[in-house]
Amino acid sequence: MKIKILICMGTSGLSAGAEKVERVLRDELERHGLTDRCEIVKTGDRGLFRDVLVDVISPARGRVTYEYIKPENVPLIVESHLLGGEPVEKLRAGEDYERFFSGQTRIVLANCGEIDPENIDDYMERGGYGALKRAFDMGPDRVIEEVRKSGLRGRGGAGFPTASKWEFCRNAGGEPKYVVCNADEGDPGAFMDRSILEGDPHSVIEGMIVAGYAAGADEGYVYCRAEYPLAIKRLKGAISQARAKGFLGRPVPGSGFSFDVSVKEGAGAFVCGEETALIASIEGHRGMPRARPPFPAQEGLWGKPTLINNVETLANISHIITKGAEWFSSTGTEGSRGTKVFALAGKVKNTGLVEVPMGTTIRGLIYGPGGGMADPDASFKGVQIGGPSGGCLPESLLDTPIDYESITRTGAIMGSGGMIVMDERTCMADMAKFFLDFTVTESCGKCVPCRVGLKRMLEVLERITEGRGREEHITFLRDMGAVVKSTALCGLGNTAPNPVLTTIKYFPEEYQAHVKDRVCPSLVCPELLEFEVIEENCVKCGKCFAACPAGAITWKKGEYAVIDKEKCVKCRACINACGFRAIK
Amino acid sequence: MEPVVSDIKKMIRKYRDRKGALIPLLQDIQSVYGYVPRGSVELISRELSVYPVEIYGILTFYSQFYLAPRGRHVIRVCQGTACHVMGGKEILDYLSDKLGIGEGETTEDGVFSLERVACLGCCGMAPVVVIGSDFYGNCTIRKVEELVDKLRSGKAG
Repeated sequence: MKIKILICMGTSGLSAGAEKVERVLRDELERHGLTDRCEIVKTGDRGLFRDVLVDVISPARGRVTYEYIKPENVPLIVESHLLGGEPVEKLRAGEDYERFFSGQTRIVLANCGEIDPENIDDYMERGGYGALKRAFDMGPDRVIEEVRKSGLRGRGGAGFPTASKWEFCRNAGGEPKYVVCNADEGDPGAFMDRSILEGDPHSVIEGMIVAGYAAGADEGYVYCRAEYPLAIKRLKGAISQARAKGFLGRPVPGSGFSFDVSVKEGAGAFVCGEETALIASIEGHRGMPRARPPFPAQEGLWGKPTLINNVETLANISHIITKGAEWFSSTGTEGSRGTKVFALAGKVKNTGLVEVPMGTTIRGLIYGPGGGMADPDASFKGVQIGGPSGGCLPESLLDTPIDYESITRTGAIMGSGGMIVMDERTCMADMAKFFLDFTVTESCGKCVPCRVGLKRMLEVLERITEGRGREEHITFLRDMGAVVKSTALCGLGNTAPNPVLTTIKYFPEEYQAHVKDRVCPSLVCPELLEFEVIEENCVKCGKCFAACPAGAITWKKGEYAVIDKEKCVKCRACINACGFRAIK
Repeated sequence: MEPVVSDIKKMIRKYRDRKGALIPLLQDIQSVYGYVPRGSVELISRELSVYPVEIYGILTFYSQFYLAPRGRHVIRVCQGTACHVMGGKEILDYLSDKLGIGEGETTEDGVFSLERVACLGCCGMAPVVVIGSDFYGNCTIRKVEELVDKLRSGKAG
């Protein structure tokens, strides 16, 4: 049996230098004459950011995982482990790695980081495309029934029951019908869809075929963000392999059903994640939403019934069909079955993709797989869930279980699953401004509440963070937020005020500090900072001096640093570098 | 590369009878020239019988289209949530200051373009800067300063 060597080569792995690691590994194997005895498998990302992850699976030693691998580590691994049979202990993945993965239930991500996404045989060896035969045996009605019994709800944000969508489309009049996979993952801070497409593209294609069969569609589109070139490349490769195997592009023997998929590249517009805007974009227009009803299931692409599902939703389908609804619904809570993938990032120790059963608490996620705060001395301030549509939650809500209803009750939304941890150095008014700046930029401009209302809210937030705020501005934000929420045309506008409203609700003292005392307690808003060294706190370490790009800080060993305000460009590099809160 | 009328016409013909062809066609043209030359808008308008306003509507709506050539080095600063929390905004502001250009602009000598990107999906390496196709993680102002200086001196030498 060959020794298998897995290298994580998704966008994250590649950006950390996986290509070079692979090149050196190939050279080393050749140099030692090991090429025939070893098989290199280029996988997608497994979901934990550890630069480059390399796994060696040998009959003698089992599986050994190495983390933070640089090209210069490779010769040692080859000589010691592959030739000598002794794993390199100091490079092995440690406790954090174990903790990160042991706290998860991996269904959707099971193949990510384990198989070669560019090789359909790898997917099929693990049971891939097995759901098709089962689905064709069951017939469309029973497939829909099975998905209904599983309790699967849309993973794109709103949590609409998947089976109902399928049924609407099936029952809608009009031919042909279409299936669209929404891979326009635009939430800043969410990247699970990209990882699935890069690491296990066939699972999405298989889900689309089953969806097409159940809904009565014969053509599918994957609408993918142009910012994801690797995902697009792997998806296109997977589609042509699936065609070659006969899963796509020709009638399935005996069923009369045939289905094909093509990829549509987005052109950079967040609003295209909204389903009617997405349809407009595929049709070649500006991606502007329209009022619903009619829903896409009735009148969608080219005016025909169209089923739109998100990537993660579709990746669940093959598991439900092969293992059954009962198996699937045994995970999760009453109203939210199965698992959810979260993109955990920010000031948390282990960042990456985490798949947990619905019903896990936010605390369980951050302090379980997440490993707690990145800086052990920093205190937790809040967690942002659901990106620009979601909200910031304080410590008192950390025991909220992760399910659609519980998260919505807090004022945030599940969204696509971004989760950013923040510590005392994150300013909540600044966070609100950040998200609003994003939604204002991405607003398509069609409806007034979103185009004008959000803009006014942003202007007010700018005044607050620049120290020109007044008490009544906070009331204005609340009122205008409520108006935009209830009157905007589409989901972008309906949810855009959430980051503002939740930060006002849960962190009122921060807004008060900006408005009344004209200070930013988190030392973020530059206009409210003095850029002066607090000598009582300064340990004379010189870190601020080294970080300053403007040459505005003078410091000598053993002396307090001094900031020259004339030269200071207020870039905050010194504040970020100082570990002692010695600059105000 | 100079836009060539006959080449653009060839690309247009490829899409003539396809539904929803406008966006993929413009993407094709851009992939050849690095931007969408204004002359091509008139050609498309004539060949496909669409008003120029509709084409400009698309070009200005989607952030991936460019109406002017971009710099030799395109610097993209990630402004995703994780990068923002970890200091991405300061890096963007700093670069804008240093290069003397705003977001989406190109330096006069055509060497650098500066762009923001909503999220690159490598939040574990935040803050992230991409120059060309090279990723730089855990960036600081000092680090990007060195990178830019190195690229600039590469041009001199």
